[in-house]
Amino acid sequence: MSVYVNKDSKVIVQGITGGTARFHTKQMLEYGTKIVGGITPKKGGTEVEGVPVFNTVQEAVDQTGANVSVIYVPAPFAADAIIEAVDAELDVVICITEHIPVLDMIKVKRYMEGKKTRLIGPNCPGVISADECKVGIMPGYIHTKGHIGVVSRSGTLTYEAVHQLSQAGYGQTSAVGIGGDPVNGTNFIDVLEAFNEDPETEAVVMIGEIGGTAEEEAARWIKDNMKKPVIGFIGGVTAPPGKRMGHAGAIISGGQGTAEEKIRVMNECGIAVAETPAVIGETMIRVLKEKGLDQKCKTH
Amino acid sequence: MNIHEYQSKEILRNYGVKVPNGIVAFSVDEAVEAAEKLGTSVSVVKAQIHAGGRGKAGGVKVAKNLDEVRTYADEILGKVLVTPQTGPEGKEVKRLYIEQGCDIKKEYYLGLVLDRASSRVVMMASEEGGMDIEEVAATNPEKIFKEAIDPVVGLMPYQARRLAFNINIPEESISQAVKFMMGLYNVYVEKDCSIAEINPLVVTGDGDVMALDAKLNIEDNALFRQKDVGELRDLDEEDEKEIEASKYDLSYIALDGNIGCMVNGAGLAMATMDIIKHYGGDPANFLDVGGGATAEKVTEAFKIILSDPNVKGIFVNIFGGIMKCDVIAEGVVQATKEVGLEIPLVVRLEGTNVDLGKKILDESGLNITSADSMADGAQKIVSLLK
Repeated sequence: MSVYVNKDSKVIVQGITGGTARFHTKQMLEYGTKIVGGITPKKGGTEVEGVPVFNTVQEAVDQTGANVSVIYVPAPFAADAIIEAVDAELDVVICITEHIPVLDMIKVKRYMEGKKTRLIGPNCPGVISADECKVGIMPGYIHTKGHIGVVSRSGTLTYEAVHQLSQAGYGQTSAVGIGGDPVNGTNFIDVLEAFNEDPETEAVVMIGEIGGTAEEEAARWIKDNMKKPVIGFIGGVTAPPGKRMGHAGAIISGGQGTAEEKIRVMNECGIAVAETPAVIGETMIRVLKEKGLDQKCKTH
Repeated sequence: MNIHEYQSKEILRNYGVKVPNGIVAFSVDEAVEAAEKLGTSVSVVKAQIHAGGRGKAGGVKVAKNLDEVRTYADEILGKVLVTPQTGPEGKEVKRLYIEQGCDIKKEYYLGLVLDRASSRVVMMASEEGGMDIEEVAATNPEKIFKEAIDPVVGLMPYQARRLAFNINIPEESISQAVKFMMGLYNVYVEKDCSIAEINPLVVTGDGDVMALDAKLNIEDNALFRQKDVGELRDLDEEDEKEIEASKYDLSYIALDGNIGCMVNGAGLAMATMDIIKHYGGDPANFLDVGGGATAEKVTEAFKIILSDPNVKGIFVNIFGGIMKCDVIAEGVVQATKEVGLEIPLVVRLEGTNVDLGKKILDESGLNITSADSMADGAQKIVSLLK
């Protein structure tokens, strides 16, 4: 089992004829993801990597039965692409695009109220369920199948955590990048809930960073609801206040969103926090041993 | 992107939001001319820098006649203002704003920001005008009133009225305050602001509602559709290396240390700074080369790092996903060929096309210390600089 995407997911790629999308379509196909179609307006009828291209999302869904979409459309057109996918009633829409204006995302979120679609991202690496389905831009080879769930605001830090787990012999169920933007489709708590319900997931790594209060809210939710151990890491302990650290959402403003405060609340809620990004794997393993889950989670 | 007070007020004026009359001046003579043109008995000489706290630092003076305008303009122009927001090095004043004096009856606070938890824009208002709103939030949170705005309908007049009544705007000025708030919201959404702050908002002796100060931040991600606002950018207010980086879509922030960092991904870039500190080193910068970097961009990134004279060593930490390791390697090789490399360089590569990337570095003949993990890399660069 896994969360959000699995071996049965039928995936379409929005913006498939762009350079980045082409490259990653190939990578996803090689990983074994069922890519059933792509969308680029006015390129309908052509093919990319053997995948048929359609003019509209609805057409692609009607003809292929797709239930998942991944978006590589440039930022000025990304909000439109997300809403088109939501309108076509896909189950999961994963938006890789970065630099989408916040006011566009506010409208997208409002539009999605009451709709069935789950949006992941934007500005995220996507979702991978090890050995089943890779939807996004993460390097597939670092992932191994197992029992640890990973959720993160940062793409490359997710890879770092997964890599450490795999190298130590601990496979993963799914790794979910929720993205570094201040307004996004899926938050930590949504993913934690999914991992909590997933029978294969035994423990979760949660990777946050400075800015906002999502980590604090997630920590409190974990304390009250989570049946499985969670460990964490927060990036940006040394970040100066008032500076936007790359991600639009990673900024300490008005004394809020500091790493110290997040780590304090997480510790208070019983979450072990890795001291450096290099010991995320070690921290997870230590906790698994404490909880007697080590045998079960050591997959190779 | 930050813009100056006078630029913010010009935008507000265009949207029917009331601001005192004022004219920008780049010299003392222009300042006096501006005051003459305004023709009011009292005028205010205001330093234009991208930082708050100007008043307390001596950057805002009330002049009762033209001679005083000349004296104050002469004093402030070229002065280095040090405020809590400028850092200890301060900022040199290169522009002045000459504004008509204003008969202030009472000061208020009004602001628009994104509320991340609800994904809505929120209008905040308070009777505690002129104070730092974070301070009010800490000491008197009950004095701050908020209205969350539904993007479908925008700010509704009833919400603006409720705010105006809550902060005790005098009844005869309520309608003006509502008009002001509606206009400010229009500016916020139509100009893609990330912050719009009027502190203080004032009610004058005549019952007029006006913005005495105004701060608009424009969201960088929206500049593609805000070309006219983009032209208001004042490069004098920004770090030279940060400007250079932004030309190549690199996210770069200068810091005080001596270890230059080049990383892909904001989270990993932050974590790389953290781990350098953890092992006793000091990062010279935050630099995220982003996802879609080309070899050319990587080369530019490298040059920017090397242009900082404090940099005594470089740590490249890449975990390729959308970014391919071979592209990074090519960029690094190209850059060192162009600008030379006389300081230690530690490279850690992992992820998409890692073998190809390592091969390019190996065959380059460059003196590169390779690292197996980010901890290994951080330890190596720190020890090489000891």
